[in-house]
Amino acid sequence: MKILVPIKRVPDPATTIRVLPDGSGIATDNIKWVINPFDEIALEEALRIKERQGAGDVVLVSIGQQSWQEQLRTGLAMGADRAILVKAEQPVDTFAVARILAKIVADEKPELVIIGKQAIDDDSNQVGQILAELLGWPQATFASKIEIADGRCTVIREADGGLETVAFTLPAVITTDLRLNEPRYASLPGIMKARKKPLKEIAVDTLGLDLHPRVKIKAMKAPQKRQAGRKLSSVQELVQALHTEAKVI
Amino acid sequence: MDFDLTDAQQEIVNSVRALCQRFPDEYWRGQDARHEFPHDFYKAVADAGFLGIAIPEQYGGSGLGITEAALVMRELAYAGAMNAASAVHLGIFGLAPVIRYGSEELKQRVLPRAVSGELHFSFAVTEPDAGNDITHIKTFARREGDYYVINGRKVFTTKAQEADKMLLLTRTTPIEKVTKKTDGMSLFLADLDRSAVEVRELKKLGRHAVDTNMLFIDGLRVSAADLVGQEGRGFHMLLDGLNPERILVAAEAIGMGRSALDRAVRYAKERVVFGRPIGQNQAIAHPLADVYAKLEVAELMVFKAAWLFDHQKPCGAEANIAKLRAAEAGFEACDRAVQTLGGYGYMQEYDVERYFRECRMVKIAPVSQEMVLNTISEHVLKLPRSY
Repeated sequence: MKILVPIKRVPDPATTIRVLPDGSGIATDNIKWVINPFDEIALEEALRIKERQGAGDVVLVSIGQQSWQEQLRTGLAMGADRAILVKAEQPVDTFAVARILAKIVADEKPELVIIGKQAIDDDSNQVGQILAELLGWPQATFASKIEIADGRCTVIREADGGLETVAFTLPAVITTDLRLNEPRYASLPGIMKARKKPLKEIAVDTLGLDLHPRVKIKAMKAPQKRQAGRKLSSVQELVQALHTEAKVI
Repeated sequence: MDFDLTDAQQEIVNSVRALCQRFPDEYWRGQDARHEFPHDFYKAVADAGFLGIAIPEQYGGSGLGITEAALVMRELAYAGAMNAASAVHLGIFGLAPVIRYGSEELKQRVLPRAVSGELHFSFAVTEPDAGNDITHIKTFARREGDYYVINGRKVFTTKAQEADKMLLLTRTTPIEKVTKKTDGMSLFLADLDRSAVEVRELKKLGRHAVDTNMLFIDGLRVSAADLVGQEGRGFHMLLDGLNPERILVAAEAIGMGRSALDRAVRYAKERVVFGRPIGQNQAIAHPLADVYAKLEVAELMVFKAAWLFDHQKPCGAEANIAKLRAAEAGFEACDRAVQTLGGYGYMQEYDVERYFRECRMVKIAPVSQEMVLNTISEHVLKLPRSY
């Protein structure tokens, strides 16, 4: 089975993020870049499906600058078969990303797209859903378990109130939640082989898509520093504080 | 001059770090306290292919250089100190004489199983009465038909409790009967047959997860097929492995030093005494800054030596200097970390005491700081030999 796994390059979760003084974005010097952890889980799941089925083709796609190929190489080292880099010098918003991915899906014709439920940089949680809508495919978001048999797929998804089981036919889009699996790290032979795996580059403007941004980032600022809490001596005092200070009741 | 890591080297570092994340401090603290070999860590390293990093591709390895191996060892030592490094160190570099001089049959038989982690190795070279003066070893291999019969004693043999095989240096011609005392020694990749070898574990200061032993070898029969290279050339074959070993141990010292320093810096930022973080006091900050600079400089020398080795250039002086300075900087960093954490630094729960105990070793092994200075005096500065 051919599985498409879109991956995004994001700052390492362990990195301390600094907002630029003019609020136009974050400082990118001294940032270590990694594959979005939810996308890494998606890739791991795709590799496991391939391993269970004994055959298949796991294709990575990423949309960004030339340097994003580092994360694609990491994905290839983990075991993906080939990778596509859609080169875009300017940032693209979620709708544009979904439209680009829909075009890649039309060209590559995968039976399944597995993608992280959100990227840890902007936490939008939109691409998988928009992509499924554009393709007219079934979608299962926040997957914590995936089973595939005879062209049908069963997903256990983490809904707010508990676990929900959904079943649908392929092709489909699945977005991954944290507890789906623990991604592998690249093996040394994997790293060596990744150098020789195909990585295709496509310039975004050759796709002929309308990518004008629907979202404009006006400013960024760091969240306010949390103040230390305080202990109150009675329920009355608490009610009073919630009413007069926090103004929530 | 290019000081950047290649993409592949950076990938290797990332991958080893990801692997090490699965073996946190509690794991190493526990293995050390229980004196238990880290089998699952060893298996993870083997499964990820890192034991084969310097073994040629035709035997299942990746055929990379000592630079890549040093990066791996630095990261392993960063995460698990010498307990991690020593568990795999010999697998990564120890088989160099076999790769270079062993018969094709021996290589086919042994190397793929070394890469997979199936075979554990020991290095049986040092003897109670012959350490740095290795030519004075007394262990002797006598030829009997297709076999050699070996008798003698070895000491400081790491991992002999786990090892299936050992790289064993013996005399095959007594020292009195050779014209050059470095001749007449032979190297075997012998089975560690417990019926002929008594393995006695030695108690030591640290690195308790990986054993160190004394071997009593009594009539060990070793097939002539397990002789590495030519009889009588054993010492010369070992010499080739000395520089890479020094480079890797130096990288391990850097890893331990950086880990201890990072812990000390974290603590110095968080620990508030007299109303301010202790790292704001220059008496705390300057020693940390100073040892950071020392680690940086020593690491440059480690990778210069590794680069020279990988480009088939002489690197004896550089490998020795790297080990001298890295051991010094690494240990100083561990010592400063204990000092920075104060009373907590002395407690096992804070881990830096473990790094302190384990890092002390690299000032002694694989060669003492003093012998390194002798080598530099004699071979680089051409001063008269002192011993």
